[in-house]
Amino acid sequence: MIGALIAREVRRGLHGAAWLPVAFFLLVATIVPFAIGPDARLLARIGGGALWIAALTAALLPIERLIEPDRADGVLDQLALTGMAEEAIGAAKIIGHWLTFGPLLLIATVPASFLVGLDGAALGRSLIALAVGTPALAALAVAVAALTTGLPRAGSLAGLLLMPIAVPLVIFGAAATGDGESSALKLEAAAALLTVAGAPFVAGAAIRASRT
Amino acid sequence: MTALLKGDGLTLVRGGRLLFEGLDLALAPGNALHVTGSNGSGKSSLIRLVAGLLKPAAGRIERADAALADEGLALDRELPIRRSLAFWRGPYLADALTAFDLDRLDQVPVRLLSTGQAKRARLARVMASGAPLWLLDEPLNGLDSQGAEQLAAVISAHRDKGGAVLAASHLPLAGDWRTLELGR
Repeated sequence: MIGALIAREVRRGLHGAAWLPVAFFLLVATIVPFAIGPDARLLARIGGGALWIAALTAALLPIERLIEPDRADGVLDQLALTGMAEEAIGAAKIIGHWLTFGPLLLIATVPASFLVGLDGAALGRSLIALAVGTPALAALAVAVAALTTGLPRAGSLAGLLLMPIAVPLVIFGAAATGDGESSALKLEAAAALLTVAGAPFVAGAAIRASRT
Repeated sequence: MTALLKGDGLTLVRGGRLLFEGLDLALAPGNALHVTGSNGSGKSSLIRLVAGLLKPAAGRIERADAALADEGLALDRELPIRRSLAFWRGPYLADALTAFDLDRLDQVPVRLLSTGQAKRARLARVMASGAPLWLLDEPLNGLDSQGAEQLAAVISAHRDKGGAVLAASHLPLAGDWRTLELGR
């Protein structure tokens, strides 16, 4: 059942608006040079951080479609009746969401890094940092979507919840993009691992608590 | 034979209101129980409680594998009905589509189904599941007379095979049912 649910999430993600977060990511990356000005050295210095801000805001966009439609339509209830644990539902949703979010974002990172003036080495570092970070962003999105499901104005509330929890990831991720010598990448990987490992349990408990 | 559903001393409180207290339930193979009661008496809540989607304030439930048909459609709107139902892995999907006269619609996307056809799809999922215990919340809502006859036939076949049915409905159900009135 987990495999079927992952396949369903991927199919629905691609059928729906998988390109939307990516387009948003590129749009934010495009706006950065306009806001900062054309100074190439300044841009290259803040470019890595700008990519992370773009990735974080892009991660917010799909939150409302991750859990709430399935809660409202009874899919989560029917899954529970098949004997699937809520934690497994959370894990399948995270994997399915990442598959439609992570790879596309990594592809978009290539043009985005030129827009913010990163050189080849910095592009390589940002690809690695985002490859490590996007599973955690996907996991956070699913956990926050489960926490806010059924609430009024869930979308804005989700943003308020997700941003602070993502702070460690952004700190180490942006540092790993900027500097290949430091141990920031290891710390980012640790933060991402913790997030990915914990998120299915948060999502599972939140799905159970959302039943009325 | 062992019971398919056994509930002892069930108490359910929702929104600070006591819906029922000390309720005992038992369904053996072949049994069917019709839960009646006025609106808000806790019929649907009892179904969700037995399904395991609500926790009782007191009491214990033991049950066999169950399938539920409630107001949630839980089918992907963009898919044809057969593919959408196939996600739920029912071993008897083909029989269920035939029984509810959905097989000639099986290429129609779920979003184009009428209310009654969507209701048949929910009931077909229950039949397709092969679960011994069926939990039906207002199974007649939206069904036409032909659909109601199909449902009665399917339920009686399920009971003959040793299955049990717990249905909540404010309408009379065809066949031989025990009744449980809530809110008294």
